[in-house]
Amino acid sequence: MPPLTSRRLWVALGLLSAGFAASVAVCASIGSSHHTILELFRQSTDNDTAAATILRIRLPRILMAALAGAALGAAGTVFQAVLRNPLADPYILGVSGGAALGAFLATAAGLPALVPFLPVREAAAFLGAAATVGSLFLLSSAGGRLLSYPMLLIGVIMNTVYLSVILLIETVVDFTRLHGVRLWMIGSIPIEGYGLIGGLSVLLVLGVVGLSLSGRDLNLMSAGEDAARSLGVTVERTRLVTVLLASLVTAAVVSVAGPIGFVGLIVPHAARLVFGPDHRLLVPASALTGAIFLMVADTAARTVMAPTEIPVGVITALCGGPFFLWLYRRQRGGAYFE
Amino acid sequence: MSDPRAAGDPVLSVHGLSFRHHGAPATLFDDLSLAVRSGEFVGVIGPNGSGKTTLLHLLAGVAEPSGGEVRLAGRPIRAIPPPERARRIAVVFQETRILFNFSVLEIALMGRSPHLGRFGMERPEDFAAARAALAEMDLTGREDRHLHELSSGERQRALIARALAQEPAIVLMDEPTAFLDLKHRLQIYSILTRLNRDRGLTVVATSHDLNLAARYGSRLVLLHKGRVAADGPPDSVLTVGRIREVYETEARVERDASTGAPFVIPIAPL
Repeated sequence: MPPLTSRRLWVALGLLSAGFAASVAVCASIGSSHHTILELFRQSTDNDTAAATILRIRLPRILMAALAGAALGAAGTVFQAVLRNPLADPYILGVSGGAALGAFLATAAGLPALVPFLPVREAAAFLGAAATVGSLFLLSSAGGRLLSYPMLLIGVIMNTVYLSVILLIETVVDFTRLHGVRLWMIGSIPIEGYGLIGGLSVLLVLGVVGLSLSGRDLNLMSAGEDAARSLGVTVERTRLVTVLLASLVTAAVVSVAGPIGFVGLIVPHAARLVFGPDHRLLVPASALTGAIFLMVADTAARTVMAPTEIPVGVITALCGGPFFLWLYRRQRGGAYFE
Repeated sequence: MSDPRAAGDPVLSVHGLSFRHHGAPATLFDDLSLAVRSGEFVGVIGPNGSGKTTLLHLLAGVAEPSGGEVRLAGRPIRAIPPPERARRIAVVFQETRILFNFSVLEIALMGRSPHLGRFGMERPEDFAAARAALAEMDLTGREDRHLHELSSGERQRALIARALAQEPAIVLMDEPTAFLDLKHRLQIYSILTRLNRDRGLTVVATSHDLNLAARYGSRLVLLHKGRVAADGPPDSVLTVGRIREVYETEARVERDASTGAPFVIPIAPL
């Protein structure tokens, strides 16, 4: 693949955006009631039901799936580069574990029932994720430097500890009370109001733009930390900013949609195959690829076995596992998984 | 020091440098001072653990000294913004693992990064500089290859091409020919010598190969136990007594008839 130029950057992003818009239109036209997006632009007797179905039920869910996919795709790409580990995903530093523990603790304490009009579980999940990232930063810094290997190690340990605490909660707390949070834990896209979707969109666009602007530094960090330093990168600052931004967007979507697996691991690899390794393109391309992938996966989740809904986390894992194995076989002997 | 080419001003110097690895019980350097002059070709030699690599990292400004100061053209290196420093000093490290499938041309283009604005894309002149560096390293037909598809010699040349694409005044190299066969060792040192002679590129290279260092370096710096044990033209540094003291090895030192450089023949460890 030739090196990245401005032209290739904008052509690729243009094509991906067009693909994104087309996916929104197609996914919004698929569902148990046979309304398509075209009906919104036609005068017909059935217009109101079509509008209600598409605009109030399908579209919010599709957009939420797109947001979650975009956040996980971009964050996964960034974590793989910053931690210099192709097996890294957005959850590797304990963001999902922290969010899950927060959600379980709040639910077990009965907080959502106390204030039903507030998104308590989401807030608790976000706080759990934020607390995890904060303590991770404190624990893995030495002499003012954030070290990537300890960060990885501590993240993995924290995830394991969290899981044990969650299992403990499941053992001691009344089964029925945890039903909702258990579903959330598998990962599924909820239908949210446009206010929340709008807020998340702003956060996500800012996050992805910020991460994309660090793209060249991420390229140089792929060549090694000392090499990046010798090429003028302030490695500590780049690592702090990118890990913080990637964790923030991940925490935001995980709090709402649960820890949907595999998207943040395979989307970066798939995007890298198509768009090349340059992070200036790869980060926004992973965001758009992730958005399209999760949108399509979620549409499959709600339609394939309708009226029964398959958790979207199951679909992404079923697609992701085999893809990853194929990628590994294909790249064997390469520098990819050295 | 007697070399006429070494008459330039000090470009890179360390003053009272001390260094201790994080968590290490003892200091590696204690009050080390050294000055590299413009246009010199300095070979840094010394036994394992004598601090060659660390000295190089300190000179490059990628490691922070525990005490003392590194100066680039008289200015404290810490006060120089990293991109500006990277336009003056390029480094070729021993560790060559590059994650993901960047092509040889992309790797050479990475050397242009310090010349670009914060969010800038590579301009045509950057492509020209990267291609020129690859041509210099005899990699013109290899632009689209990935690093893992190259031989060790080509891989090392690709990383040197990245350093040359930086268009630096100084190149620091850590064991640039470790793991390379005879031909590629000579090839890389010949290219460095040519750049040193023709363009006045200042070269500092560490090496375990005393004879290679003696043949190509105009000056050798021998490190031992955190001090400079000897510093000067190769024939004044490589003596039987010093090799016995520093390397704990009995050796003969002869003179290479064709190059005039001292030639060390190790006999037995002490």
